Amino acid sequence: MARTVWDSSVGKKTVMAVSGLIMLLYLVAHMIGNLKIFFGVEEFNRYAHWLRTVGEPFMHYEWTLWLIRVVLVVAVVAHAVSAYQLSRRDIKARPDKYVHKKPRASYATRTMRWGGVILGLFIVWHVLDLTTGTVHPGGFQEGRPYQNVVDTFSTWYGNVIYIVAMLALGLHIRHGFWSAAQTLGAGSRTRDRALKTVAGVLALLLTAGFIAVPVGVMTGVVS
Amino acid sequence: MKLTLRVWRQKNADADGAMSTYEVDGISSDMSFLEMLDTLNEELTLKGEDPVAFDHDCREGICGACSLVINGEAHGPERTTTCQLHMRSFKDGDTIDIEPWRASAFPVIKDLVVDRSAFDRIIQAGGYITAPTGAAPEAHATPVPKPDADFAFEHAECIGCGACVAACPNGAAMLFTSAKVNHLNVLPQGAPERETRVLDMVAQMDDEGFGGCTLTGECATACPKGIPLVSITSMNKEWLRAARKAAKR
Amino acid sequence: MTAEYVDYATGEPVVDAKAPSGPVGERWDKRRFEAKLVNPANRRKHTVIVVGTGLAGGSAGATLAEQGYHVVQFCYQDSPRRAHSIAAQGGINAAKNYRNDGDSIHRLFYDTVKGGDFRARESNVHRLAQISVEIIDQCVAQGVPFAREYGGLLDTRSFGGVQVSRTFYARGQTGQQLLLGAYQALSRQIAAGNVEMHPRTEMLDLIVIDGRARGIVARDLVTGKIDTYFADAVVLASGGYGNVFYLSTNAMNSNATAIWRAHRRGAYFANPCFTQIHPTCIPRTGDHQSKLTLMSESLRNDGRIWVPKAKGDRRLPNEIPEDERDYYLERIYPSFGNLVPRDIASRAAKNVCDEGRGVGPGGQGVYLDFADAIRRMGRKAVEAKYGNLFDMYQRITDEDPYEVPMRIYPAVHYTMGGLWVDYDLQTTIPGLFAIGEANFSDHGANRLGASALMQGLADGYFVLPSTINDYLARNPHHDDCAVTVDHPDVQEVLAETEDRLSLLLSVDGDRTPDSFHRELGELMWEFCGMARTDTGLRKALERIPQIREEFWRRIKVPGTGEEFNQSLEKANRVVDYLELAELMCLDALHRTESCGGHFREESQTADGEAARKDDEFTYAAAWEFTDTGTAPTLHKEDLVFEYVHPTQRSYA
Repeated sequence: MARTVWDSSVGKKTVMAVSGLIMLLYLVAHMIGNLKIFFGVEEFNRYAHWLRTVGEPFMHYEWTLWLIRVVLVVAVVAHAVSAYQLSRRDIKARPDKYVHKKPRASYATRTMRWGGVILGLFIVWHVLDLTTGTVHPGGFQEGRPYQNVVDTFSTWYGNVIYIVAMLALGLHIRHGFWSAAQTLGAGSRTRDRALKTVAGVLALLLTAGFIAVPVGVMTGVVS
Repeated sequence: MKLTLRVWRQKNADADGAMSTYEVDGISSDMSFLEMLDTLNEELTLKGEDPVAFDHDCREGICGACSLVINGEAHGPERTTTCQLHMRSFKDGDTIDIEPWRASAFPVIKDLVVDRSAFDRIIQAGGYITAPTGAAPEAHATPVPKPDADFAFEHAECIGCGACVAACPNGAAMLFTSAKVNHLNVLPQGAPERETRVLDMVAQMDDEGFGGCTLTGECATACPKGIPLVSITSMNKEWLRAARKAAKR
Repeated sequence: MTAEYVDYATGEPVVDAKAPSGPVGERWDKRRFEAKLVNPANRRKHTVIVVGTGLAGGSAGATLAEQGYHVVQFCYQDSPRRAHSIAAQGGINAAKNYRNDGDSIHRLFYDTVKGGDFRARESNVHRLAQISVEIIDQCVAQGVPFAREYGGLLDTRSFGGVQVSRTFYARGQTGQQLLLGAYQALSRQIAAGNVEMHPRTEMLDLIVIDGRARGIVARDLVTGKIDTYFADAVVLASGGYGNVFYLSTNAMNSNATAIWRAHRRGAYFANPCFTQIHPTCIPRTGDHQSKLTLMSESLRNDGRIWVPKAKGDRRLPNEIPEDERDYYLERIYPSFGNLVPRDIASRAAKNVCDEGRGVGPGGQGVYLDFADAIRRMGRKAVEAKYGNLFDMYQRITDEDPYEVPMRIYPAVHYTMGGLWVDYDLQTTIPGLFAIGEANFSDHGANRLGASALMQGLADGYFVLPSTINDYLARNPHHDDCAVTVDHPDVQEVLAETEDRLSLLLSVDGDRTPDSFHRELGELMWEFCGMARTDTGLRKALERIPQIREEFWRRIKVPGTGEEFNQSLEKANRVVDYLELAELMCLDALHRTESCGGHFREESQTADGEAARKDDEFTYAAAWEFTDTGTAPTLHKEDLVFEYVHPTQRSYA
C-alpha cells in the first residue's frame, strides 16, 4: 500500500492532505495555547511547563512533547517532499506557456507553492528563535517563554516575519483544507459550500489568533 | 467583420513554432469559429501558402476533435467546443490569439494539431467493462437505480477533447480520467473491476506525463460538457478505497 | 461522353448465394449452423483488416479480436473514439417489448421492410430484428448508460415512423454512448495486443490478388508515408457517402474513398441513389456554411411542424394566429401526424417551401413549435427531455427555442446505398466485407429512425463475426502464400496511389479542393436531392465530367505529400466524389420509380405521394465499375417478398 500511495500522484496528494491535517490540528492547539499569554506570565509559563509534563506518570518528562515533535517533523517533511515532487511533475507536464495569458484561479490557489516555501522558512526561524533560542534577539531564557515571546515581538523584524507568515498561513489553510477534503474524497456537490466555509473560518481564526500575540506585544497589552 | 488573427504555426513536431499574424475580412457573425478559419485557409491556399492545420470533424460538438486555445482559453470564451463557438462572440476589429493545446503529454504534430493518444492509452489501461460479445445477461436482469444511472451518464458525456488538460496549469488529466472512472465504477456492471480500473487508469495517467491536481478548477471551467470538479473528488475516493482494498489482498 | 455513360449495359443478375431458405425466422440460425468455423487455435494466425472504428467497425474489431483473430484496424481520426457514429442522437431500436405495447421481432421486421419501401431483403431485415434484442443486452453489460426509469429499468420512447415505443436512448447522445461502449471494448483488445490500431491513417486503395481481397494501401496522415498492409480478409466499415453533397450532417472528414476504391477494384455498388434526407436539421445561414447540424428526430414526438397558410407571410411566428397556421403533416397524415417517416416529412417540407410558404432566410425552413408541449408538460419537463438539443439550437442560431419556434429544413443525413453484400456481408470481391453504413443491406430505400445504430452494431457485434469464419475456414491462412510488398499487383496499386497524389500536388492550379467539392455538392443537391427528374439528372450527368476535367486542370494543393497535409487529404477525397456522384445520378436516372428517399417527380400519385413501380423495380441495382467516365454494368438482384407484401405505404 505504501508503495502504491507514494508512487502515484493521487497517493502523494493523499500524503499531503493527511500531513496537512495533522499540522492543522497541531496549529489549532498551538494557537489556543498561545492565547494564554493574555492571562499573564504565571499562567503562560505554567502552561509551557505542563507541555513537558503531560502524560506523567505514564510518560517520562518531555516524552509526550518529543513524540509530538517527531510526528510534526515527519508531517512537515512528508508534506514538503510530496509538494516538491508533485510541483516538479506539474511543471514538467506543462513546459510551454500560452502566449495569450488570462487571469487565473483565486489568490489562495495560486499562492500554495510560494506560501508553502514561506511557511517552511518561517518554521525554521520560529524554532531557532523560540525553541532553541539560536537566533533569539537578546538573551534567550530556557523555561521563561513569556519573556522570550515579548522579546521577539519587540523587534520590528520579528513582527514582520511573523505577521507575513501568518497571512500566508491563512491563505494556505483556506485552499489547503478544502483541497485536502477533495483529495480524501470527502467533498461532494452538496457539501462543497460547507467545506469552503469551514476552510475560510479556520483560516481566519488561526490567522487572527496567532497575530493577536505580536499585536498584543506591540500595543502593550502584553509586556 | 474584420479580424486580426495571431496563429501558432509550427511545421512539424520537431520544428520550432511561432505566432504568425493574418488579417481576415468579410467574416459573418453567423459563422462558426472553424468556418472563419476555413475562410482564412481558402485564402492561404490560393496564395500558395500552407493552410493552418487544425483538428476538426463532426462540427456539432460531440466528436471531441476540435481543440483550440482561443485568447488563452481552451475552446474560447463560451462554455462549448471550438466548433460550436460562433463569431458573434467577437467584435469587428478584434485581435484573436489561437494556440494549440499545451501539455507535454500532448505534443504538437503541426500548427494547432496535437497528439492526444495518451487519452486512448488511459482508457486502454482500464476504462472499460470486460463484457465479451455474446456473454451478456438479459438487460433487465440488473436494474440500476435512476440516480446512479444519471450519475454514470453525466460522466459518460466526456468527449475526450482534452480541454481539461489544456486549461490546467499543471497539464493534469484528472478530470478526463475521473469522468471515465466515475461512469463505470458507479454501475453494478462495473463493480467487479472497480478497484483495478481506478488504480490502473491513474497509474497510466501518471506514466503519460500528465501533471497532478492542485484543484484550481480550471479544468471544470473549460469542460464543454460540464463535467464537474467534484468528479475528481469522487475518483480520489475510489482510488483510496481501491488502494486500501489492494493492500488487504 | 455523357451519352456513353448513360448507355449502361445490363449484365447477369447478381444472386445472394449465401441467403438460406426456409422460414424467415429460422434463416439466421440455419446460416450460422451451415457456416464453417475456424479452430480457435488457428484464429490467431489469421489477420483481419478493419477500416473504420464507428459502431460497425469498432464492434467488429473488438469482437473479432475477442474470438482470437489478429485484427489490424484503421481510422483517419486521431482516436477510434471520434468516428461519426458518435453524433447519432436519437436512439437505437430493439424489439424487447418492455412496454408490452404489442411490439415483437416480427413487428420490427415488418416496420423496417415497410419503412424501407420494399426495397430491402426480408432475410437480412429479419435477422436485424432478431439481433436487436441481443444488442441492448450487450450494450448494457458494457456499461452504456441508457436512460432509466425510477424503478431502475430501461426507458424507451417512440421514434419516427412507428407506433410502438421500442427506442432505447441515452438523452440526446445515444450514438456517443454506444460508440464509447464499442471503443472501450476495442481499447481492451488493443491493450491485450489483439488489435493493432492505426489512428490518423487513411485507406487509399484495396489490394486484390488472384481475385481475393488481401490488403490495403493506406497513408499515415502525420508523416505522409504510404504503406501496404496485408491480411486474410478486409472489412470496410468506413461509413456512408453523404458528403458527396458537400453540405450534410456527416462529419467534415467522412468520405467515400474506401468504398469507392473497393468498387473500382471490383466490388459492386448497390442502390447509390438511395440517400436519406433528414427532415429536422438547422437551416443554413449563408455561403460560408461548412456542414449542417441535425436536431434529433425525437423532437417530432412533442414538437409540431407548421408553416403560415399564406404565401410570403413575413410576420414573426408568434404574431401568426392559430387559424392562419398550417400544421401540414397533421393535416395530410392524420394518423401519424408529425411522426411520419423521414422521407415523407422531408418531402412535405420541400413542397411547402416550394409553394413559397417557407420561413426564415431564403424561405428555406419550416417551424418546429414547442409552445403546445411547454403548455402541456411544463417547461421543466421539456427541458429534461430536450434540454441539450435546445441549447445546441440556441448556440447555433442565437434564437431561444423556448420562446420562438425552431426553424428546421431537410438535409442529407444517411446513405442507404453502399457496397453490395450478400447475406454474409461479403462484397462481390471474395474476402472483402462491408458492414454498417458502408454496405447497402438492410434499409431498402429509406431508413427508419434509430435503425442505423441497430444495424451498425448488429453487423459488427453479431453478424460479421459469425459469417467471416466461413470465408476464413474456406480460405485458410498459409504462411507460404503470404502476400508481400514485392508482388507485382501490390506494386501496381501502390504506384497508382502514389501517382494520384503526386498528380494532385503537381497541377498547381487556381482552385481549392473545397471550391470543387462545394460546386459538386450544389449540383447534386439541386438535381439528385429531394426530388429528381429525368431532365435534371441528365443535366447533372453532363456537368459532372466537366467539373472532373476542370478539377484535374485547376486544382491547387499546397505543400507536399510527405507531411501532415489536410489539403491533400481533402483533394483526394474529392477525386472519388467526382466519380461516385456520376454513378448516383445514373442510378437515380435509371430508377424511374419513386421509392423511399428516391423521389422521381415523374412517378407520383395524384395527391403527390411517391409511386413505386413494383413490376419494374423490385430489385437492388448493383453496379459494376468499368472505367472512369465509362458506363458501368448493371446487375439486378431480384427482391422477393414472402412475408411482408408490398403495398403502397400509407401513413395517412
